[in-house]
Amino acid sequence: MSYTIALAGNPNCGKTTLFNALTGASQRVGNWPGVTIDKKVGKIRGTSSELVDLPGIYSMSPYSPEEIVSRNFIVNDKPDALINIVDATNLERNLFLTLQLIDMGTPMVVALNMMDMVQSSGDKIDVDGLSKDLGVPVIPISAAKKTGIDELVTKIEQVAGSKSRPVPIRYGSSFESAVSAAEKALEGKVPDDSIRFYAIKLLEGDDDVVEKAPGARNGIKSAIDAFEDEFDDSADSIVADSRYNKIAEIVGKNVKRAPRDEQGTLSDRVDRIVTNRWLGIPIFIGIMALIYFIAMYDSTWGTSPGAWATGWLNDWFEGFGEDVAGWCEENNVEPWLSGLLVDGIIGGVGAVLGFLPQMIILFLCLVILEEIGYMARVAFVMDRLFRYFGLSGKSFIPLLVGIGCGVPGVMASRTIESESDRRITAMSVTFMPCGAKLPVIAMIAGALFGGSVLVGLYSYILGIAVVILTGVVMKKLKKFSGTPAPFIMELPPYHSPRLFNVAKSVFDRAWAFVKKAATIILLSSILIWFLCSYDFGLNMVDIGDSILAWCGEGLKYVFMPLGWGDNWEFSVAAITGLVAKENLIATMGTLFSVEEISEEGEEIWEVLAYLLGKAGALSFLTFNLLCAPCFAAIGAMHRELRTWKSTGFAVLWQCFIAYLVSVIVFAVYGTIVGQEVGTLSYVLCIVNIAIIAYLVWAKDPFRQLNDSEEVKTE
Amino acid sequence: MMTLKEASIGSTVKVVKIHGEGAVKRHIMDMGITKGCSIFVRKVAPLGDPVEITVRGYELSLRKEYAEMVEVE
Repeated sequence: MSYTIALAGNPNCGKTTLFNALTGASQRVGNWPGVTIDKKVGKIRGTSSELVDLPGIYSMSPYSPEEIVSRNFIVNDKPDALINIVDATNLERNLFLTLQLIDMGTPMVVALNMMDMVQSSGDKIDVDGLSKDLGVPVIPISAAKKTGIDELVTKIEQVAGSKSRPVPIRYGSSFESAVSAAEKALEGKVPDDSIRFYAIKLLEGDDDVVEKAPGARNGIKSAIDAFEDEFDDSADSIVADSRYNKIAEIVGKNVKRAPRDEQGTLSDRVDRIVTNRWLGIPIFIGIMALIYFIAMYDSTWGTSPGAWATGWLNDWFEGFGEDVAGWCEENNVEPWLSGLLVDGIIGGVGAVLGFLPQMIILFLCLVILEEIGYMARVAFVMDRLFRYFGLSGKSFIPLLVGIGCGVPGVMASRTIESESDRRITAMSVTFMPCGAKLPVIAMIAGALFGGSVLVGLYSYILGIAVVILTGVVMKKLKKFSGTPAPFIMELPPYHSPRLFNVAKSVFDRAWAFVKKAATIILLSSILIWFLCSYDFGLNMVDIGDSILAWCGEGLKYVFMPLGWGDNWEFSVAAITGLVAKENLIATMGTLFSVEEISEEGEEIWEVLAYLLGKAGALSFLTFNLLCAPCFAAIGAMHRELRTWKSTGFAVLWQCFIAYLVSVIVFAVYGTIVGQEVGTLSYVLCIVNIAIIAYLVWAKDPFRQLNDSEEVKTE
Repeated sequence: MMTLKEASIGSTVKVVKIHGEGAVKRHIMDMGITKGCSIFVRKVAPLGDPVEITVRGYELSLRKEYAEMVEVE
């Protein structure tokens, strides 16, 4: 028979390892409807049953998207059976979820994981006793050592086949009489099998259940009042207390703990140093610097492995492009085809795929930090600093990585648990000046500021300021960021990384990136190539006569208040920057008719100085640093934000804020250096400052409360 | 009334009551901080917030604003 089996359990209890052990290579990753949470499905080895990996959760409350997804799946999709994986070294808290799952009435088996660690600590667990007290089969396993897996598979198939539902666990008599009152009130309104689960949730005042059965909670108000009076507490507290008391009783009966080492475990000793009051932050900075030097660094002291590998692949793509171009010429291939191949496909996709080696090395570092349990400590150490901006302590890592390249930076935001922090971080990363923007910064600094390092410094400070601004503003936009999760976080014990898990996560992310490059990035590159190689008569022309140049003619009016003057070239350059930011320089080289242009564009410095002036140049730089990033980064953002609607919104916000800030920069700096600033720029500057001030200081700038109130009164 | 926020580092306290309501209260209880359980206050983060505690045999960190909702003795 083929069954649908769900796998549920707490975060950090070895769920991913068990899922991998059960399903091997047969996994599909999709996502749960409406949320940015991975949904993994795989075939259980040696059977025809399908295993659905539910998100890691601590409880069946309806407050986090993970919990709602799990709850809806169990209730609506009715899996044939449930594997509840439980960390045997942390039984009490893990069993809290187990008791709620038992109430849901789905046939289930408890997989008691990490039994090898229990044994080595000297503790004894009476597995049969535990099974008897919980009323469900309990199978001791070790997912990491792959022991007990066959027994688990046999048992779950048997339970799914016999549809044997767990025996409910009874609490005190007044508890049970309140539950039966609630069950009566809910009869017919919720699925019969899970009625006990719903009844208890109704007592707790669970919003979701109260909504599902309007009036039901008021109907049993007298029963609830009596119940609350007896314990002198609110119903939700009594339910949680009763559950934990029951667990303490069961654990006390079936677990014999060996005496512990006075010094604590190895993990405790490591933690004492790593999150130490004085050493915590220096260690954090040290680890970040180490990652930077392994994956990104490329300057005076040499080239890091990451930068070397990516440089090599980029050169290879460039050489490959030249070879193909040469071959096309020799064989008289039509110029449009050779242009499409060399400039459109190889140039565009190569610019993106070149970053792959660097990303793999970077992800390797990050996944290892995640695996050993350090990431949770990063959040612990840095939380204080970041929370004011609507970001999590973990946002630091994506932002740091973003200084190298925005693509892995955006993808690194995946390690942030809170959906709200994750989304805000993913859309903020590309404000940091990435490696491809450095030549642009150098060009502007060289052309107008005598190569001053202050331009570089300005770019970094600007990036950080806009990240903070975005965090503060987006936190207020509930539709985009959702409700922030309260920072109450488990700090799992440190353990050595598991090779298979590390390899698999790195591969998954790299593969996702390659897929993006082969689809959306490929198409976008071809589109830009087409726009700048053809005119409206579909004749192949130089970029100066192309469709893109025509667009630039129109767009230049938009950019005039930014001090870019009557020059369409700059808007065209900004658009080609979408393929890769360093393209800006090459494009301007072509447009200003320079034969051969160097990396930092020395040849056009004079033209820039003449056309833009200091303030215009600074606003040009500002806009290009902040506006929509390259297609590769937009693709990565789409992967994290999941919908094109959210991605489009994020890109719009980036362009919007870039425009706002650039106008202000031009007007203010232009006045300081005595450059001519038009009235329109001044007016827009004041308007923009007002908009930003409003977004930052208004409590609810997006009028969300009013919206929901209106809906209610209607 | 003393709260978990005021408990000194290195001390062991007993939970009397969880104040507040909604998602945060729910989450605090889900993580095993319930009436009568004992909590060991391990340390505070380098920047003074959040705190790290041992509850029900595992390590948990929470911001002081939430620790304030837990009444202890």
